[in-house]
Amino acid sequence: MTWLGIIQILLVLGIVLLVAIPLGGYLYRVFSGQRSWLERVYAPCEKVLYKLSGINPTVEMDWKAYIKPLLLVNFIMMLFVYLILRLQGHLPLNPDHIPSMPWDLAFNTAASFITNTNWQNYAGESTLSYLSQTMAITYLQFTSAATGLVAVIAFLRGLVGKRAKMFGNFWVDFVKVHTRLLLPAAFILALVFVGLGLPQTFSGAQTVHTLQGASQTISRGPIASLEAIKQLGTNGGGFMNANSAHPFENPNVITNILEIIAMAVIPTALIFTFGRFLKKRRQAVILYVFLVAMMLLGTLLVYWSETSGNPILHKVLGISNVSMEGKEVRFGLPLDSLFVGATTAFTTGAVNLMHDSLTPLGGFVPMLFMMLNMVFGGKGVGLLNIIMYLIITVFIAGLMVGRTPEIFGKKIEAREIKLATLTLLIHPFLILFASAIALVTKTGVASIANPGLHGFSEILYAFSSAAANNGSAFGGLSGNTPFYNIMLGVVMLLGRYISIVAMFAIAGSLIRKPVVPESAGTLRTDTFAFGGVFAAIALIVGALTFFPALALGPIAEHLQMWSGVLSK
Amino acid sequence: MSNKKQSVTKDIFKIAVVDAFKKLDPRVMIRNPVMFVVEIGFVVTLLLSFMPNLFGGNYGAKQIPFNVVISFILLITVLLGNFAEAIAEGRGKAQAESLRRTKTDLMAQRRSKDDSYESVPASTLRKGDIIRVLAGEMIPADGEVKEGLGSVDESAITGESAPVIRGAGGDFSSVTGGTKLLSDQLVIEVAVNPGESFLDKMIGLVEGASRQKTPNEIALTVLLAGLTLIFLIVVLTLSPFANYVKGSIDTVSLIALLVCLIPTTIGALLSAIGIAGMDRIIRFNVVAKSGKAVEAAGDVNTLILDKTGTITIGNRLASQFIPVGSHSLSELVNVAVLSSLFDETPEGRSVIDLAHKEYEFGLQLEDYNDAENVEFSADTRMSGLNLQDGTVVRKGAVDAIKQFIKNKGGRIPEDLDAKKERIAKEGGTPLAVTKDQEVFGLIYLKDIIKSGMRQRFEELRKMGIKTVMCTGDNPLTASTIALEAGVDDFIEEAKPEDKMRLIKKEQSQGKLVAMSGDGTNDAPALAQADVGLVMNTGTTAAKEAGNMVDLDSDPTKLIEVVSIGKQLLITRGSITTFSIANDVAKYFAILPAMFATMIPQLQILNIMGLTSPRSAILSAIIFNALIIPALIPLAMKGVKYRPIGATSLLMRNLMIYGLGGILVPFVGIKLIDIIITALGIANI
Repeated sequence: MTWLGIIQILLVLGIVLLVAIPLGGYLYRVFSGQRSWLERVYAPCEKVLYKLSGINPTVEMDWKAYIKPLLLVNFIMMLFVYLILRLQGHLPLNPDHIPSMPWDLAFNTAASFITNTNWQNYAGESTLSYLSQTMAITYLQFTSAATGLVAVIAFLRGLVGKRAKMFGNFWVDFVKVHTRLLLPAAFILALVFVGLGLPQTFSGAQTVHTLQGASQTISRGPIASLEAIKQLGTNGGGFMNANSAHPFENPNVITNILEIIAMAVIPTALIFTFGRFLKKRRQAVILYVFLVAMMLLGTLLVYWSETSGNPILHKVLGISNVSMEGKEVRFGLPLDSLFVGATTAFTTGAVNLMHDSLTPLGGFVPMLFMMLNMVFGGKGVGLLNIIMYLIITVFIAGLMVGRTPEIFGKKIEAREIKLATLTLLIHPFLILFASAIALVTKTGVASIANPGLHGFSEILYAFSSAAANNGSAFGGLSGNTPFYNIMLGVVMLLGRYISIVAMFAIAGSLIRKPVVPESAGTLRTDTFAFGGVFAAIALIVGALTFFPALALGPIAEHLQMWSGVLSK
Repeated sequence: MSNKKQSVTKDIFKIAVVDAFKKLDPRVMIRNPVMFVVEIGFVVTLLLSFMPNLFGGNYGAKQIPFNVVISFILLITVLLGNFAEAIAEGRGKAQAESLRRTKTDLMAQRRSKDDSYESVPASTLRKGDIIRVLAGEMIPADGEVKEGLGSVDESAITGESAPVIRGAGGDFSSVTGGTKLLSDQLVIEVAVNPGESFLDKMIGLVEGASRQKTPNEIALTVLLAGLTLIFLIVVLTLSPFANYVKGSIDTVSLIALLVCLIPTTIGALLSAIGIAGMDRIIRFNVVAKSGKAVEAAGDVNTLILDKTGTITIGNRLASQFIPVGSHSLSELVNVAVLSSLFDETPEGRSVIDLAHKEYEFGLQLEDYNDAENVEFSADTRMSGLNLQDGTVVRKGAVDAIKQFIKNKGGRIPEDLDAKKERIAKEGGTPLAVTKDQEVFGLIYLKDIIKSGMRQRFEELRKMGIKTVMCTGDNPLTASTIALEAGVDDFIEEAKPEDKMRLIKKEQSQGKLVAMSGDGTNDAPALAQADVGLVMNTGTTAAKEAGNMVDLDSDPTKLIEVVSIGKQLLITRGSITTFSIANDVAKYFAILPAMFATMIPQLQILNIMGLTSPRSAILSAIIFNALIIPALIPLAMKGVKYRPIGATSLLMRNLMIYGLGGILVPFVGIKLIDIIITALGIANI
């Protein structure tokens, strides 16, 4: 661990902040209906889109009217992608003659990409045709990110709205997210990526002859375009099996930094959008400070743990210092650590090193971030989780100042607490129960590559990744079995939609309540004191739940490693 | 009741112990999900005490003592929770008992159709019956006085021994059953049917029979149930996890972990806190018709207070003599005293008091014993006396005196109007004093603000509560008093409709409004307000409309009621925080103990250095049980509310109950472990 390394990390996070603040303002202006100079460019295009799809942009929706098309559109998209994957062998754009997917893998993949998880039980270059990579994968990488974004935007409108029908119009939002954010941003980023050496082609894999005279097949394809939205949309599903560790997805330090910024910037910006909707800049600043502090602490723990290396390797093989197993030399440890932290905090799921090879504590941090699921979190849904924790915090802390707790002026009563508790509950339920089922069944255990504690961590990581809609894999677990394809698929779907619907119901209930004006007796949520309570409650309620499991997995593994015992 | 502020007596204690066992009934327990889980845990561990291998495994006889002890501690935990609730109810029951004693089988004299009175049991009285009560008799039912005037001893209800006057008409016409008429005779129209009387309602309230969970309590119960469910998942999945890493955890240890993690502390004390909160209100001599009203009191944003009797003492008092024309101050003082000689009103008395205290006057009062008293009347708006020698002395409203002088052909001093204006501008009331045809000067009558009011309004401001003063005074006077008292706002020349309008306006902005009142014309506003505190001296209509009745009839109590409401919520929040924070230490006690044989390296988590895995589990669960009775006094008394601003209050309570909640169990569990080890049962 060096100061230079820490400065690298801080520098990248600083750039993220610099981009996120204006982007947060831009998102607010777009979705609060303020006109901007770009209106002249966008409005006519959108008008055509509305006309073509029969959308009446003036219709205002209440929470139920908003969530219904959201769920319906998601269902239809998932079905569409499932069919493409099942039929890709018979469809065009398949130069490498890749066969159609079996039903369980197709279900898992469709569930994975519709939920913005991007868990991949397949190797992209050898399992997907170019049609699938673009029409199924890249397509959903846009729309699933858009779904999360419009969900949180509508939720924020509900939070500050005064009439039931103030959630906006789902169709309009869904179009605008694409036209005004994701498409232009991804287009520009893809061009930059091409400039930095990422391939973008529809030609099939190339066979080359090596210096030794052997022949080698080099996969390629429309990578740059997928890579851009993969990061921007906090998707994480790579073109290649090696994901961002592959030189075609992430060739150098510059692309590595760009990828970190791309996955971090929209979730960070949403915090500031949140502040703008509330008309409370300070609220956003306080949240950002505590979230970035959690994120930074985790990242530094990874950095420290990886620098400390593995004492057993030192004793047996004389390898000391930094643990470089499973890492790409071209990125450097500080940015590797930040990538690990960011990809799980922002629930992207892209990896630029093998998480399975991280030291136990290095693997502990990404697991913890996914279990918390609120250290910024993924596109949109992350902020929903943050607000869920805010509601729980306000409820407990609010009582301590002697008033019926209020969040942003609206009273929190039994209905809101019921729904927030459901959202809080579903996450540990999915992770722990699914892991337990996997561990007590023969087929579940059969997929584990490593025995003992590390094998346990592999399972725990997989279901945390699925429930948090992260998508990064610890590796080591052979997930492409009917058992895991179905289990993980179901966990991903439940992990995403239950909390979105529950949080929407909260907004639907809050919007009907009068705003209690702020007074000296009101608990302010934009103070450092409150931020501290928020972080403490998230850690105690969110993380302590997983403490026994983590103690059995990475913590025990860490302790064993440092006492020189090999995990059995 | 204030003279019977008993805390926990032996009787209450005994009844509570019995009730704690009665409440073990699962049908009762299920209402408290957290403690219900503990009870189920008790049943399971009890079974395992007899059949240690019920859920598989091969534990043998060595496991039995441990299972028995855990089972016993779980039972104690449930009982302690029940006891906390029972003891909170017990205090109410004791109060109800003493109230019931006043409600013995009274006889009533009911007027028959032929206007004669017949003796009937009080329990047969119906609404609309006319009854007669003679001096020395108990009033048999709630009602309105139709005829007569008498003094009533209401100490049975209010604990106030000084008798109060009750009479027909006006705002003092309502009487309560169970009180005693001391003098004269009253004819009363019964206002309620049997079982609906104020006394009945009060008994029901203090007994907790009609207690319903308040909205906030329901929300908290939901959260606690949710947390319980989360920890249930944690514990249920732990066994398969452990099995995978080639270990096993016995069911009893898992149940112990579960009970330690679920928020039993707040779960056990939650209803006790609610009952004790209501009880505190009652002991404050305020009867709240529902717990919801008490909770709402804590949320109040706007407080509407009447000026007279609430902010100022009821009457205006003389504060200065201002001579006019060519008259000297001592001349004026003499005439003023003379005019008030027979004046028994507080204003009149205050004139003589002021003269005595601050001025010399050379009158021999005995000389005027034979003077003729002229009482104040609404027509003349003057009072005074006529001396034997024909001298006419008067004091009264300036306009009335001016007219009086003009009629007599006297002269009005030029500076009279200016001085009168000055007094009015300062918020005072000028009284002119005259002898024969000359105006001698003015008496400056002033509203006297009750001591400590300014400071209380300051406190309210810090609580974030706006105070609005209602007064019938003109704008000038009103603003002066508002400024002096330190209220945030005022409505002058207020009519009952104005109050109503204000309440509706505030409520439309999402604010909660509290007010106090007593008159029938206050009733609509009292009903509209979120918290309506009605004076016990008030009319039946007012009492029906409000949601709290103050037995002492002290409107300033509204401020205390707000504090008690806040205290209730703070206590709930603080103990919840404490309960959740406790989990940190319990994890560090139990987890290393559970995993000790599986993964010895995890012993490093045993940062408390507990003797053995079993002593660790025992210490944690004993601590978990003992913390309940340790916090009963806090639950009963409530966490003190300090008006220091929300964020400071949050920090303060967080330091005590949050940080304390993390640290205390580390110390407590370690201490219990030391004792267990000393007793030699660490490896039971």
